Amino acid sequence: MKRRSFLQGSLAGAALAVAAGAGLLKPVRVLAAAWPEAAITAESVDAALQAAFGTAELADSGEVRIKAPLQAENGAVVPIRVTTTAKADHIAVVAVKNPAPMVSVLNVLGDGVGGVYSLRIKMGETSPVHCIVDSGGKLMKATQEITVTVGGCGG
Amino acid sequence: MATKMKIKTGKTGGHDVLVLAKHPMETGLRKDRKTGKPIPAHYITTMVFSVNGNPVAQANLSAGVSANPLIGINLTDVKSGDVVSVRWTDNMGESDGAEATVK
Repeated sequence: MKRRSFLQGSLAGAALAVAAGAGLLKPVRVLAAAWPEAAITAESVDAALQAAFGTAELADSGEVRIKAPLQAENGAVVPIRVTTTAKADHIAVVAVKNPAPMVSVLNVLGDGVGGVYSLRIKMGETSPVHCIVDSGGKLMKATQEITVTVGGCGG
Repeated sequence: MATKMKIKTGKTGGHDVLVLAKHPMETGLRKDRKTGKPIPAHYITTMVFSVNGNPVAQANLSAGVSANPLIGINLTDVKSGDVVSVRWTDNMGESDGAEATVK
């Protein structure tokens, strides 16, 4: 485990240095734009949410919608589309029973980004998927249970 | 590793940007069936979207994203002629990108 966390730490640092060196990121945003390692490598949902948003308590909201299958035949490819009517600063996708539940976080850096995030995720087993939207510090979520017939983690 | 980008008029307004990156997205949990050795983790960590060179959004991915990630976002303010680009970096320091012009 030590070796793993060391590797991830050093690589995350390297990735950030590359991004900053390429002039992609303004200095002010370098910190905000770092890969959120603590949230993504956390092994429980609560720890991941705590690392990403500073709280694990979220309220369901009608402003967040998930478009995803109710049943996924192949857990290696589960399409998820999150839409929100609120102005999103962050959109996170959390598969509750995955070894690392925090699958992905979209950070909005500039203006003109609509509240849409779509991706395909892996799911180890049948589990609820939370989609969380942070709109100016207000956290909202929507949850959908997705049934997986063949898992897509490991194997 | 090839990366492709498509820009389509969004269903609910704006433009949908879809990026397809060819990448194995190894979790580090799998083992090679023949040798029994673990396959090292290899996945995209960040994907930065820019419009005319200005970063607008950053997708942070993990090994929980499927192989050959297809990532979609929506841009509300782009006009015809704007150049949308994407650049990704993985945990082994490899990177690639793509760009497309809004029609």
